[in-house]
Amino acid sequence: MSKTRTNIMVCGGTGCLASDSEKVAKNLELIIKARGYEEEAKVIQTGCFGFCEQGPIVKIEPDNVFYVRVGPKDAKDIVDEHIVKGRKVERLLYKEPHHNKKIGKQEDMEFYKKQLRIALRNCGLINPEDIYEYIALGGYEALGKALTQMSRDEVVKEVKESGLRGRGGGGFPTGVKWEITKSQESEVKFIICNADEGDPGAFMDRSILEGDPHSVIEAMAIGGYAIGADKGIVYIRAEYPLAISRLKTAIKQSRELGLLGKNIFDSDFSFDIDIKFGAGAFVCGEETALINSCEGKRGEPDFKPPFPAQEGYWGHPTNVNNVETFANIPPIITKGSEWFSSIGTEKSKGTKVFALAGKINNVGLVEVPMGTTLREIIFDIGGGIQGGKKFKAVQTGGPSGGVITEEYLDTPIDYDSLLSIGSMMGSGGMIVMDETDNMVNIAKFYLEFTMDEACGKCAAGRIGTKRLYEILNKITSGKATMADLDALKQLSYMVKGSSLCGLCQTAPNPIISTMKHFWDEYLAFIKDVDHSQGEGEYDGAKNKDNLMLKA
Amino acid sequence: MAKDIGKGETQEKYESKKMINIEINHEELTVTEGITVLEASQKIGVKIPTLCHLDLEDLQLYNKTASCRVCMVELIDKNNNSRLVPACVTKAYDGMVIRTDTIKAITARRMAVELLLSNHPNECFTCPKNLECELQALAEELNVREIRWEGERMDYPKDLSSDAIVKDSNKCIYCRRCETACNEVQTCGILSGIGRGFDSFVGPAFNIPMVESSCTYCGQCVQVCPTAALTEMFHTDKVWKAIDDPDKHVIVQTAPAIRVALGELFGMEAGTIVTGKMVTALKRMGFDGVFDTDFGADLTIMEEASELIYRLENNKTLPILTNCCPAWVKFIEHQFPELIHVPSTCKSPHIMFGTIAKTYYAEKNNIDPDNIVVVSIMPCIAKKAEAKRPELTKDERNNVDIVITTRELGAMIKEAGINFKSLPDSEFDRPLGETTGASVIFGTAGGVIEAAVRTAYEWITGDELENVEFEQLRGMDGLRKATVQIGEKELRIGIASGLGNARIILEEIREGKSEYDAIEIMACPGGCIGGGGQPYHHGNREIIRKRKDAIYEEDRNKKIRKCHENPEIIKLYKEFLGKPFGDKAHKLLHTHFEARERI
Repeated sequence: MSKTRTNIMVCGGTGCLASDSEKVAKNLELIIKARGYEEEAKVIQTGCFGFCEQGPIVKIEPDNVFYVRVGPKDAKDIVDEHIVKGRKVERLLYKEPHHNKKIGKQEDMEFYKKQLRIALRNCGLINPEDIYEYIALGGYEALGKALTQMSRDEVVKEVKESGLRGRGGGGFPTGVKWEITKSQESEVKFIICNADEGDPGAFMDRSILEGDPHSVIEAMAIGGYAIGADKGIVYIRAEYPLAISRLKTAIKQSRELGLLGKNIFDSDFSFDIDIKFGAGAFVCGEETALINSCEGKRGEPDFKPPFPAQEGYWGHPTNVNNVETFANIPPIITKGSEWFSSIGTEKSKGTKVFALAGKINNVGLVEVPMGTTLREIIFDIGGGIQGGKKFKAVQTGGPSGGVITEEYLDTPIDYDSLLSIGSMMGSGGMIVMDETDNMVNIAKFYLEFTMDEACGKCAAGRIGTKRLYEILNKITSGKATMADLDALKQLSYMVKGSSLCGLCQTAPNPIISTMKHFWDEYLAFIKDVDHSQGEGEYDGAKNKDNLMLKA
Repeated sequence: MAKDIGKGETQEKYESKKMINIEINHEELTVTEGITVLEASQKIGVKIPTLCHLDLEDLQLYNKTASCRVCMVELIDKNNNSRLVPACVTKAYDGMVIRTDTIKAITARRMAVELLLSNHPNECFTCPKNLECELQALAEELNVREIRWEGERMDYPKDLSSDAIVKDSNKCIYCRRCETACNEVQTCGILSGIGRGFDSFVGPAFNIPMVESSCTYCGQCVQVCPTAALTEMFHTDKVWKAIDDPDKHVIVQTAPAIRVALGELFGMEAGTIVTGKMVTALKRMGFDGVFDTDFGADLTIMEEASELIYRLENNKTLPILTNCCPAWVKFIEHQFPELIHVPSTCKSPHIMFGTIAKTYYAEKNNIDPDNIVVVSIMPCIAKKAEAKRPELTKDERNNVDIVITTRELGAMIKEAGINFKSLPDSEFDRPLGETTGASVIFGTAGGVIEAAVRTAYEWITGDELENVEFEQLRGMDGLRKATVQIGEKELRIGIASGLGNARIILEEIREGKSEYDAIEIMACPGGCIGGGGQPYHHGNREIIRKRKDAIYEEDRNKKIRKCHENPEIIKLYKEFLGKPFGDKAHKLLHTHFEARERI
């Protein structure tokens, strides 16, 4: 950390950079220099603060003042008023929409109050391009502890007992995955970080890699040690240039300090990391497709088993974890599994990062303990619905999830509760819809996405998603009959049951859940329904075709 | 192939494995751990339909993409939850409960076929695979009576760029069998998935025209394609037109492998020898001369054995590689251009035949070679492209004009209204129909080299060869090694069928590690009997074995079993060619190869 008295933290995440935060930082530096305050104040570009709606964000430490929507022209006021004169720039403070009060401190804001940051602990706090800042906040302590004080079994045990589950979507217990990979007899093993984030509107992994790349590097080394891999791969989409460049810088710095490479912490353990670029196909987030893509093959999934833990990268046992999963590992090792498992619900421990998007006031990245209700996320943290409109539904789990309606807003969210109400955790996309959104169109939007992103390998996914989309199109253009609704329903279950991989197995979920909750909106489009007689109700149990394929 | 439980690629893995109990459709059975649900079902006579799945043990061709979703069955877990799983790749475990006959499983399977049909031209009437199509058969088997999912269909132009293979991507169901055959068995790497999602189909990289790719036209992709996405280029109408032209003298030659496979197209048992019926049919179709490529094969041996002896005696390049197979020639040109001086320079048998027909035969019968049309009936698709090679067509007076496959001949016989099964036998016409047993065995892998050995033995030793059957050169393995004692000399022989095996042999040569004097290479596994132009085997490789046995039987039935004893061949050299491997023979019967790019 800098020895200067004041640190001016300017968000350097992709969102704020797009709103000129780079220029904000440059102007701040120039003006500080012009005022002769270089010894006093230093400008630091950090990772994402999460409050993207209000970006670019500038935070002054140690004064703990949080400025929002800072433009390049505001740099002068920040320096002249705040740095030189020690007065807050009132007009740049955040105004809480509920009570119209200006708030200066981050922790007083509704957006941050209920958050608990574990995976995002360093985002917005450190300069991601300076390894010493990471180390100053306890970075690489976990790796040191694992390598010098813990056996491989103990590391696996710690992760297993923490109850950490995969944050990429499936929710498979991470410790169990490590244990399985560890138990494979093989000279060569790999650990892969899945940074192929692709859900529409989701950017948690990008933000972690941009804001705190070392947390992932450290965790991969810990994982490598635990399972017996000396080689790690980060599979990242080429559309994340900033994340890639920060990751590259971080890997270089870790190598220079011997935190990657031979005999780390003078132990017998050697480990290094390679980066592989994906071309941005959603399906490559599926681990077998990801591995095929890493090998230079077409990014398509393979039938499992064998699982990557048994036969993965070039046939060797391979452990694939998601970025956010990895980001949780170092604190688990340093603070212990007991601490981690004290957070969250019975079967879902820790926190989860969500990307809030759609018709919500506070668009951004939030991290909350498992068990927080949707209502808290949407109305307290998210600040409610834009323009004072009525909440209609929220889609979790991205294109693989389903819609959740008002009646379920008080469900404490975790992996299992979301499944039980017809959606899923997914990687953490959360898109809020208001009363003006038509749910058939929403379903169509998601189907268009999965149809375009389906790899084409299996017939159910390749042709099925196309036909689902076509039927939805027919419905929304007012040309469909009740028979089309039946066909849509039946095909949805077929694609769900018969597709090869998770992408298309879950692709019909938006249709199934919108049909369940918003049947009337489907009926409203149907031409052979006598609309004056009311719009009927969806009763899945009475439908024969439904029973035929429903699991 | 009649398949026992537990057979297949994982056979070795099974051996150490334990027996487990599973339940299929309420029937309990004990199976080896690790076999698939599909294999287990076959054991109790439960038929699960498949489409993309292909498991050809002898070819090492295992297409396990599990992509068509036609073999879905219900797997019921301990908690009585059920889910659909593909039977072809799902392995059995102890206590597994499977239902293949529930409405859920049946509907899922039928809907998979419906979906495939919804993106298929459905032009069965005019499709070259009509009644041979596996998708069509499934539609019938699975009781598909309507296609509910009307919508956009693939709309790609047909690739008619090559003289050999037609690629109709609109009929591609993306089973990837062709890709597996091309990449894993033949190691050519031409075909692979292109596009994403609904637009996916199989083709050469960047979807370049087939003719610009390094395709060898071996046709193994065509053999395994379940639909008509890959077929041969059809040339039957050209033949009819030539026959119809009164000015043309149309002669036909049939390759050795046709006579043991053609009958299959008329419902006859695989391996039935139909030489006599075939000749009768061709005569009835109106050909002016019905001859035998075996004559060209005998001639090839005269040249090739001479070349071998020449290379042996003069310390020239060894090993010598046979080059009867045009797909194999194209393979070496693209994949090993630095080795194109290694193969024998002989033209292939049917091209030699074409040359002799338009020179010697024309002269003898006083026919203007420009009016002679030579039609080759080949088990092969690559022969179509071979006949169009510039160096073989630059002189129209010594070439082959039209090449059709066994399948096309079958279609023509049907078209002509000939009741093939009831035809009497006829003999090939002379002189170009006089043949030996040694040339018949050209049709199976190892046959060319055996024929060459029969001749080389007598020429080198000067002794008569008593037992002409060299068992060590026979068999179905794709890569074989044998030695034959010829006088003082122990001739080391390699035999490779399938281009993947050819690659192994060529890599040895390139690295200077080859231990052979002579090597026979055939592009198609098993040799020409398994050629890309033969009747479809539909995954039943037992058919190929039966054809092989028939080929050797035909050899045994022949009075003359050594090429150099063919009286018409002796006469040909005496009257026309002069010495084997001599100047005139060189000019007419030898060719050259070209280093080509690998794309």
